[in-house]
Amino acid sequence: MDIFLQQIINGLVQGSIYALVALGYTMVYGIMGLINFAHGEVVMIGTLVTITVAGTLLKAGMPVALAGMAGLMAAVLVCMALGWALERVAYRPLRHAPRLTPLITAIGMSIVLQNLAMMLWGRNYMTFPSLLPKVDFELAGANFTAIQIIIVLVSAATMGGLLLLVYRTKLGMAMRATAQNPAVASLMGVNINRVIAAAFVIGSALGALAGVMVGTYYEIAHYQMGFMLGLKAFTAAVLGGIGNLAGAMLGGVLLGLIEALGAGYIGDLTGGFLGSHYQDIFAFVVLIVVLMFKPSGLFGEKTGDRA
Amino acid sequence: MQAKLSAIAFSVAAAFALAGCGQKEEPKAAAPAVPAGKPEVVVKLGHVAPMTGPQAHLGKDNENGAVLAVEELNAKGMEIGGAKVKFELINEDDAADPKQGAIVAQKLVDAKVNGVIGHLNSGTTIPASKLYSDAGVPQISGSATNPKYTQQGFKTAFRVMANDVQQGKILGEFAVKQGVKTVAIVDDRTAYGQGLADEFRKAAEASGLKVVATEYTNDKATDFKAILTKIKSTKAELVFYGGMDAQGGPMAKQMKELGIKAKFLGGDGVCTPEFMKLGGEATEGNFCSLPGMPLEKLAKGPAFKDKFTKKFNTEIQLYAPYVYDAVMVMADSMKRADSVDPAKFLPEVGKTNYDGVTAQIQFDELGDLKGGAISIYQYKGGKLEYVETLGGTPIETAKAEVKEAVVEVKDAAKAVAGAATAVGKEVAAEAKDAAKAATEAGKDAVKAGAEAVKNAADATKAAVEKK
Amino acid sequence: MKNGQFFRPTVSIGLLATVLVALPFVAALGGQAWVRILDFAILYAFLALGLNIVVGLAGLLDLGYIAFYAVGAYTWALLASPHFGLHWPIWAILPLGAGLACFAGVLLGSPTLKLRGDYLAIVTLGFGEIVRIFMNNLNAPINITNGPQGITLIDPVSFGAFKFSGTTQIFGLSLSGPQKYYFLLVALAILVIIVNLRLQNSRIGRAWQAIREDEIAAKAVGINTRNLKLLAFAMGASFGGIAGGIFSAMQGFVSPESFSLIESIMILAMVVLGGMGHIPGVILGAVLLTVLPEVLRYGVGPLQMALFGKMLVDPESLRMLVFGLALVLVMRFKPAGLWPSPERKRELQEAAP
Repeated sequence: MDIFLQQIINGLVQGSIYALVALGYTMVYGIMGLINFAHGEVVMIGTLVTITVAGTLLKAGMPVALAGMAGLMAAVLVCMALGWALERVAYRPLRHAPRLTPLITAIGMSIVLQNLAMMLWGRNYMTFPSLLPKVDFELAGANFTAIQIIIVLVSAATMGGLLLLVYRTKLGMAMRATAQNPAVASLMGVNINRVIAAAFVIGSALGALAGVMVGTYYEIAHYQMGFMLGLKAFTAAVLGGIGNLAGAMLGGVLLGLIEALGAGYIGDLTGGFLGSHYQDIFAFVVLIVVLMFKPSGLFGEKTGDRA
Repeated sequence: MQAKLSAIAFSVAAAFALAGCGQKEEPKAAAPAVPAGKPEVVVKLGHVAPMTGPQAHLGKDNENGAVLAVEELNAKGMEIGGAKVKFELINEDDAADPKQGAIVAQKLVDAKVNGVIGHLNSGTTIPASKLYSDAGVPQISGSATNPKYTQQGFKTAFRVMANDVQQGKILGEFAVKQGVKTVAIVDDRTAYGQGLADEFRKAAEASGLKVVATEYTNDKATDFKAILTKIKSTKAELVFYGGMDAQGGPMAKQMKELGIKAKFLGGDGVCTPEFMKLGGEATEGNFCSLPGMPLEKLAKGPAFKDKFTKKFNTEIQLYAPYVYDAVMVMADSMKRADSVDPAKFLPEVGKTNYDGVTAQIQFDELGDLKGGAISIYQYKGGKLEYVETLGGTPIETAKAEVKEAVVEVKDAAKAVAGAATAVGKEVAAEAKDAAKAATEAGKDAVKAGAEAVKNAADATKAAVEKK
Repeated sequence: MKNGQFFRPTVSIGLLATVLVALPFVAALGGQAWVRILDFAILYAFLALGLNIVVGLAGLLDLGYIAFYAVGAYTWALLASPHFGLHWPIWAILPLGAGLACFAGVLLGSPTLKLRGDYLAIVTLGFGEIVRIFMNNLNAPINITNGPQGITLIDPVSFGAFKFSGTTQIFGLSLSGPQKYYFLLVALAILVIIVNLRLQNSRIGRAWQAIREDEIAAKAVGINTRNLKLLAFAMGASFGGIAGGIFSAMQGFVSPESFSLIESIMILAMVVLGGMGHIPGVILGAVLLTVLPEVLRYGVGPLQMALFGKMLVDPESLRMLVFGLALVLVMRFKPAGLWPSPERKRELQEAAP
């Protein structure tokens, strides 16, 4: 039982990380129907900026809490600027282009960001400074740490905050209007350029937050770390129904749980035929099965013809 | 129509561009050295390693080793076939990519090199070895450890480093010596990790260890908690990891977080300073292995280290001494054959018995290093500490061979005895035939056994003499 | 069109043919390595044209195309190597590889028929990964694919006694291995171009176009969208399978790392960059993306040395950076690709405000 509980905790934490990244994807997709393939790279930049800023400040003798906060702030600011620039330079000019065009641009931006990061930070794996004291808990034989609790709480809070933003504020209303029909929204006086830019900036700020969480948890960073993470998170977003905030959260957690429980138990269930080497495909198999029955994800609204 | 025109224009332009590139390459591709009584003969040695990409630093290290060897050879001024020989190194970059490995291998074959040193990675070495074999160019790698490289049956493929089979075996034996009873094995599903883990498993099981869990991850993963939790439930006493430091470090860390007390053991992929950096305190007390022996323990090691650091003003990364030896073995074979023609000196490479920096280099029938030594290290206080060297000494291998031979002879004797009783008991024609066959088989076995004993004895003698 | 009358189609085709025949010999002046690069360029053009059927003609976004290539490559590797001790002839394996890939295409196509755009993209991406991971792991409990170690010593293409590896003399001409493969690949590429051309202007091609533009409308006018979509997947996949077989034979070695997601993305980039649905454009995209990195490899390092006297940025990273930037810039200024089909160009101009 303690092992099962431990696997649930593992899955929940991993899933919350996916969810945090998936929220960034869904935010952009929900409004303009664009897969921002470079979002994983934004997360990576967030982690690396924090390493540089917090690392330098720690070396200069600043207390851990302050250095950590400064690192987070710097990461959020850099990523917001990056998100804004991405939208302005790469995506806005393509709003009327054929729909595969922005996808290729996004892939191109992803390659560019990865290689820029490699030039700036080098190709080696880096250690992330310890920003949180190591506190271990034990519950019925299962171990977990403070950072794990924080990750779960942060993703839940982020989703809550986003829901409030989208359904309770004026900007949120403008976002929903733009998502419904950009042309009509602009006739109603919504500045859709500004709304879309806002979505990118908010999504990227979330990416930075996710980057800091990932860094603090694994204490390791690398210029290629964003790609796989982004892919998994994107899968999570689609699983939950892309464009739906609660769906992204649930999709993320579900994906994390599937992976942990799959890796933990599939071997025993299939008599050793399948094992943890198939961990990466559980997610895709579940995704395909879900989409066969619900073509727009678990909580997705029926998409129109735009996709 | 315009579309078609531009297509033509493009193709023509491409053709010219290619031709242009060709002209630049021309001098390189000039005719090979032919020793026709000329005073000087140029011997071209190709060297391939990734000069770009994540392993560029290791590639540069290999190149330095080769450069050092070639400079020394030229300074010494060798004479082969009555002519003075000048060695020339052609460095190529394969970026650790199999496809590019084949392209640069083709390039070297085109340039009619006399021999190839490299490549660095097994993944590029294996596909490239086919091209060298087709062209009859001898290839000696100083770092490709995948057993497959030499098992393809190519007469041109050699390596001067212990392969993964040898390393996995020694790691398995070492695990037994640690007094553990149950082990869990994790590998990263790369050619390197899986190969090493498989050999470890064989050795561990052969010496009575129980493998209680086999788990997998990949070479891009950062989260290992699910598989580690499963390992925790099996209460394994030792976790073996076949893979690289970038995953091994965080894995060791997460083991600690989950409260797993098992020891952590890995191969050369986790025997790096990087592993300690990424694993932090969790690496303390862990073991890992490196092929070969530490330079300090080798007769010519410290001298080589001095030479190297003086010349390049940088520390040896990993494989430079092996690459250096690879070049030397190639030159030595040419000297013994008294020819730089690959077809003539290739047979001599197989007969090498060269006293190198890293070992007394001899090849077995496959082209693998005979009795490659493996050293075990332990992480202590943030440093790698040498523990011991296992395998590799000629005397020990010889002893093992004698043991095997004795067993074979015994089996053969048993077979003969069995056949004899069969003859005695049954007089029927059929039984007679069978017995005849059995006796013959027995005879053969005895012969083989005797031969093995003789070989082993010779080897022992040679080893003792060397000592 | 003004200058068109001076160059009749036959003349330009003749000229093109001459260039195509001469190319491997010209490239050989720079060494066989360049011929090998040329081979890869045509192989990728072949792949891109296969994907063009799915993406360009039928408008189905496929991010897992490499899976079919992998199926073809492994079919060849397993049936013509010492791994199982089988050495089947080409006329048996290549169609079988194409057939298996086709089957995989239908397998992928059938559950995804209802999906649109981005959902389809992620599912095909997942499918590609599933195939790769299976190839990587099917060495236990029964060793089928030899896992991450890959399969070596794969037989080269041969027709009877005529082998494609090594050098042979024909009519006094000395033909190297890569040069022979070049002609084989050109022949195959011409085949796929003809298929593409015939499809484009056929009933099927027009039906695909209708589905691409508006699926509901297509259904409404009586087009069997289900069968046509499956057909697109199956045809695209078959070409991927053939390309895979040739790749396997040419390399003599396959391992799962050759079939990663980034390869799928590369092939898609070739199609989109060149000009979706337009055959010359797709070929241009494939040739550019294969040759450009090689040219950059030979160019970037020496250029830096000449300009600054030392290596400021290592060529490999600059190469990828330039590549990424090229993708972004081309899409920014030529959203329909470098060489779009005339109709597509017109549509875009009309659509733009």
